[in-house]
Amino acid sequence: MSQRRVVVTGLGATTPLGGDVATTWKALLAGQSGVRLLTEDWRELLPVHFAARVATEPADQMERVEMRRLDRSEQFALVASREAWKDAGSPDGIDKERLGVVIASGIGGVITLLDQFVNLNEKGARGVSPHTVPMLMPNGPAANVGLEFQAKAGVHTPVSACASGAEAIGYAFEMIKSNRADIIVAGGVEAAIHQLPMAGFAAMKALSTRNENPAAASRPYDLNRDGFVLGEGGGILILEEYESAKARGAKIYCEIGGQGLTSDGYHIAAPDPEGSGVQRAIKFALENSGLSTKDIVHLNAHATSTPAGDVAEANALRKALGADADHVAVSATKSMTGHLLGGAGAIESVFIVKALEERLAPPTINIENLDPAVTVDVVRDTPRPLPAGDIAALNDSFGFGGHNVVLAFKSL
Amino acid sequence: MALSQADVLAGIKEIVEEVAGIPAASIELDKNFTDDLEVDSLSMVEVVVACEERFGVKIPDEKVTELATVGDAVNFIVSAAS
Repeated sequence: MSQRRVVVTGLGATTPLGGDVATTWKALLAGQSGVRLLTEDWRELLPVHFAARVATEPADQMERVEMRRLDRSEQFALVASREAWKDAGSPDGIDKERLGVVIASGIGGVITLLDQFVNLNEKGARGVSPHTVPMLMPNGPAANVGLEFQAKAGVHTPVSACASGAEAIGYAFEMIKSNRADIIVAGGVEAAIHQLPMAGFAAMKALSTRNENPAAASRPYDLNRDGFVLGEGGGILILEEYESAKARGAKIYCEIGGQGLTSDGYHIAAPDPEGSGVQRAIKFALENSGLSTKDIVHLNAHATSTPAGDVAEANALRKALGADADHVAVSATKSMTGHLLGGAGAIESVFIVKALEERLAPPTINIENLDPAVTVDVVRDTPRPLPAGDIAALNDSFGFGGHNVVLAFKSL
Repeated sequence: MALSQADVLAGIKEIVEEVAGIPAASIELDKNFTDDLEVDSLSMVEVVVACEERFGVKIPDEKVTELATVGDAVNFIVSAAS
């Protein structure tokens, strides 16, 4: 069997910037912030009063009866997967035993879990919904999308905190490479804007508390960054074996060349200041995809806007890419979307695919004073054109627990 | 409190529409919950709990499996309430 190649043939997203890919991408290029003050009374319990909610509620995109059996994270997964499937040309005629789903979330159906606990306390066991378990299980988003398209090659949910979405795409890539499947619905979602997860992140001092100016709160690489902004939503990519995609005449966006996976072995939440795990993940992703640092022109950074994380990552990028970092346009799109946790690596992969397609690196907003410790070339305020010809880009994602995932994308 | 068959049918129509999205107008006594109304085993639990709250009756779990049609449920609730 000749070497199987993996291409991207469809995209879907629901994000704080838009209810689909086109709206999100337009807002991203325009440098808009999706961060807003929360309207719920419970915000007063917390030191943080803002988050990045999806721009379009699932209620505007699906039927009420379907919604009530789905956790919000599952709703996001279905909305984005339907868009991606349609974008891929609705390949309903494919062999379902060759169709898989890999969709991650960092936390799973946490809102369902907490809502049903309230029901239990107020109404007793009889008041707990029979849909509770299918709604709270972290594999629920993948499972519901698998049912939607009758996927029979395998439905999976890797969990690695904020690296989960990228890990899902990497897992899907391997499923096609190893001939387990020809087409995969892959990505990540998160729906955790709720007082308990927010209080937990706030207790770690991980969240920005810039309540007086929420739209300026997510500011990766700025000297005065003070933490990340919690976002919600999800991104989905249709990955397909190259020859099969060509045979059915699919529109092909780009190729996924490979991935690099490592772990820090350093701390449960803090980044390794040496960034050796990140450097090794970049090295492995390049080797796995037959690329060199010379080929890389764009990188969508993890860059969440935390004081320690942004610099640790930037240092690692500089070390891993060396002098070639000078021609890598680095974008920190969490400055606009907030941090979607398990959805982050997925929407950022969608952004990389769009960047390669349109040859435009999206901007990073809110950098008033660039931290001098950041020695990579950050795209600021307005999009930057990417070169013509064969180009490649990387997506960095890291998660609490010391998970490092780097995905490599190539133009075709 | 005695309930009329018509009152219970009207209530069940509302509940099934809420739970399964089936228009109330198409819900009749002879309709089978599973085959005709797309009420699966999980949704049937929701229907039962909603009926208990609405009509102030207790529907034991072992009875639920015997309620195949809307008419079965109406008859059970009417007799349980009287």
